Amino acid sequence: MRGNAAAVQERYLKLKAGADARVKALYSEPVIRVGTATCGIAAGALPVKEAFARAVEEKGLPAKVIEVGCMGHCYAEPLAIISRPGFPSLCYGYLDAELAARLVEDFLINDDPCYEFALVALEPNDVFPTFSDFPRGVYEQKIVLEHCGFIDPGDIDHYIARGGYGALAAALGKNPAEVLEAVKASHLRGRGGAGFPAGLKWEAAVKAGSGEKYVICNADEGDPGAFMDRGILESCPHQVIEGMLLCAYAVGAEKGYFYIRAEYPLAVERVRRALEQAREKGLLGKDILGSDFSCELEIFQGSGAFVCGEATALVRSMEGKMGIPATRPPRLAEAGYRGRPTVLNNVKTFAYVPPILNRGVEWFRSIGTEDNPGTAVFSLVGKVAHTGLVEVPMGTTLRQLIYDVGEGLANGKAFKAVQIGGPSGGCLPESALDIPIDFDSLQEAGAIMGSGGLVVLDEDDCMVAIARYFLEFTQQESCGKCTFCRLGTKHMLDILTRITEGRGEPQDLEILEELAEEVRAGSLCNLGATAPNPVLTTLRYFRDEYEAHIFEKRCPALMCKELIVYYIEPQRCSKLCNVCVGSCPVEAIYTREDGLKAIDQEKCVKCDNCLKTCPPDYNAVIKLSPPGLLAEKEGKRP
Amino acid sequence: MSKAVTIFIDGREISAFEGEKLLWVALRNGIYIPNLCAIRGKKRPSGSCRLCYVQVEGRSEPVTSCTLPVKEGLSVQTRSPRVDRLVRSAFELLLSHHRLDCRSCAKRKSCELLKLAKERGLKMRLSRLAPLEHEWPVDDSAETFVFDRSRCVLCGRCVWICREVARVGALGFSRRGIRRVVTTFQDVSMAQSRCTECGLCVEACPSGALYFKEGKQPAAAGQNLSRGG
Ligand SMILES: Cc1cc2nc3c(=O)[nH]c(=O)nc-3n(C[C@H](O)[C@H](O)[C@H](O)COP(=O)(O)O)c2cc1C
Ligand code: SF4
Ligand code: FES
Repeated sequence: MRGNAAAVQERYLKLKAGADARVKALYSEPVIRVGTATCGIAAGALPVKEAFARAVEEKGLPAKVIEVGCMGHCYAEPLAIISRPGFPSLCYGYLDAELAARLVEDFLINDDPCYEFALVALEPNDVFPTFSDFPRGVYEQKIVLEHCGFIDPGDIDHYIARGGYGALAAALGKNPAEVLEAVKASHLRGRGGAGFPAGLKWEAAVKAGSGEKYVICNADEGDPGAFMDRGILESCPHQVIEGMLLCAYAVGAEKGYFYIRAEYPLAVERVRRALEQAREKGLLGKDILGSDFSCELEIFQGSGAFVCGEATALVRSMEGKMGIPATRPPRLAEAGYRGRPTVLNNVKTFAYVPPILNRGVEWFRSIGTEDNPGTAVFSLVGKVAHTGLVEVPMGTTLRQLIYDVGEGLANGKAFKAVQIGGPSGGCLPESALDIPIDFDSLQEAGAIMGSGGLVVLDEDDCMVAIARYFLEFTQQESCGKCTFCRLGTKHMLDILTRITEGRGEPQDLEILEELAEEVRAGSLCNLGATAPNPVLTTLRYFRDEYEAHIFEKRCPALMCKELIVYYIEPQRCSKLCNVCVGSCPVEAIYTREDGLKAIDQEKCVKCDNCLKTCPPDYNAVIKLSPPGLLAEKEGKRP
Repeated sequence: MSKAVTIFIDGREISAFEGEKLLWVALRNGIYIPNLCAIRGKKRPSGSCRLCYVQVEGRSEPVTSCTLPVKEGLSVQTRSPRVDRLVRSAFELLLSHHRLDCRSCAKRKSCELLKLAKERGLKMRLSRLAPLEHEWPVDDSAETFVFDRSRCVLCGRCVWICREVARVGALGFSRRGIRRVVTTFQDVSMAQSRCTECGLCVEACPSGALYFKEGKQPAAAGQNLSRGG
């Protein structure tokens, strides 16, 4: 215990009472919450917010327009929640300025909530369905994302009013060892990829002795397609701050850092603001809440190299050295930043800690599975209908995640694979969709949980090209220090490139497989050790596609440029239509004597324009693979 | 002074000090383990060449011996099918980015790649891999030695010795990934760099990347400070 528990609690309750009163006053009038995380802004949330504000002002309404983070329904962005006393809070999607102005007028003045534009109601009511009435709501359970999209990340009172910093206040009245025990007992596993138990890591830092220690939050998030950590920092930074403070308290650290990639300026800005507000409220800095526990948190902006997310490289880059992984031992918990014991955890890992302490270890362990308690947070992207940030209990199957939460595939295409874990992860086929999502099951199937990117692939995606894409990423991001990663990934990439370009040789698959296994086993850090996963899983589950490329010079998904030709089917082409001719950037399309169109293969650069522009009535442009099929087709010219 | 412990290498009982790295214990006892990047006296091993794998009893995956602290009862095998496979693979990978023309190489008498190949029965040619290209011209601007990066294996011994022993700091690592290279500040030639031509790096280099020009070998040559002591 640090200082007077009752006095700490009293100070917290005063803060809470103040926050409650402010938030209550806010919601005594209509409130319009506009989602302005990076995803919302990209979809045009700022003009929508302006439109709301302008309409409210023009009509002289007492309503407030505030910014909130990401609710996770990124597909329907821009989004806003309108709360008006006497009505259920309603969430509207696909907004634009015009609709915003109309909602102000119809809902806030004419009492018509425009249900036709509403997506969901936040509170149970008699008129409109809530989240739990949708399949997604049935599967989703939010711990880390609980407040995301519902509170103003720029106003600490919104977090406090929802019980925020309550876990910290309670912990300060206890022994640090009790906090550590709770985190250990919760079996919380690190969400940065490897799933190492957070409690054990913290304990190692405690055992490393007293003196200067550091807590670092890893927000480097470099996987292509992943944006969970960004979403959390932009939407609810205080939950992560509170988690870091609890960790610092448990391990005896007085200094911590957010390591945020510089490409996340909005996240940096929101964390900075959150830290300032926490400091003003006495929740950060010296003698927190009047206890004798002091802790400072600062932001460090990473230069953005993917490998800097690796623990030892991250610490080195903070020390001003090149961001290159180092050998272990020693582990960071023994000798990390500036040679001192250091706890490094992912954004999500820290965000779980306040809810665990608030609601108890039993509650946390009741969610998910025995060895994988809690939830999994994914950025669901690719060819899935409902992209977004989702959070489901561990043990949910991939099928439920894709078909129930994500509402299946977009555009009615057939599912082919799901890529999990980014460049370190793997591609799993239809037959693996019923495996439960957890660290161990995914690893067994050849993928990894990673830090949570989940890309859905359909029939138009070539698995060899996908493997090549991810390997190219890791090969370019390799720091080059160790032999297997520097040279092994280069040779693997060269082989894959040859295969996708139709120059694959029969022995390539064997060499590729051998190299993949050796790079996995031989690399110094996990960048190299996991780089072969996309190749190994596609070889395991989609070997026929590799074989088609090598032996038949055919790309089954019709994606690899060197293995396809574009062809206009004369039976479907119309003399009356010319659009493809204009769409071709190299004038490869000509009009035949009979008025139909044809492609000069010598000139064609395979840009796909003609296929895209050919009107649906005709759909005359097709792709052929292998290119040899062309002779057959042209031989049959009517 | 740390505690004396007994360990087993290939079944042989050996005494060592707790916490010492296995590679050095083995080499001291005349047991060969392939290695290029290990530097005696460097606090944290760089672990970059990935050649020093051994099989530790009780662990399925091979472990690099330059990073393996010994403790009482540790038992390792220097060879196993998995170790041999990783060594063979790492070696071929290095060769694929190394100009292979041993007959014309000035270092052919002292080349540690040749030694490694001989010890482990490996071939000095590529069997599965295509050779990769080199982008750096030979730098023969220095008075006494030549720097041929097409033969560099990036072990880092020259970088370390130039900085820590000669205290000059003319050489360093630069660039990432496949383009990683040992070079001077701003890539100037050796003659334009702060190099004092003390020759320590040339002696430390295990391959033909750094070699003395004809007749320019200093009198006291032959001691390799990154390996001795
Ligand atoms: C190449 C590479 C990149 C990584 N990038 C990240 C990252 O962006 N965020 C992250 O939390 N962990 C990343 N990690 C994992 C970290 O090394 C470390 O395991 C993690 O931050 C520990 O936190 P956790 O225990 O909470 O998962 C990366 C690892 C590697 C090898
Ligand atoms: S595995 Fe790759 S990224 Fe990691 S240390 Fe080796 S070269 Fe660098
Ligand atoms: S000597 Fe151990 S990795 Fe190079």
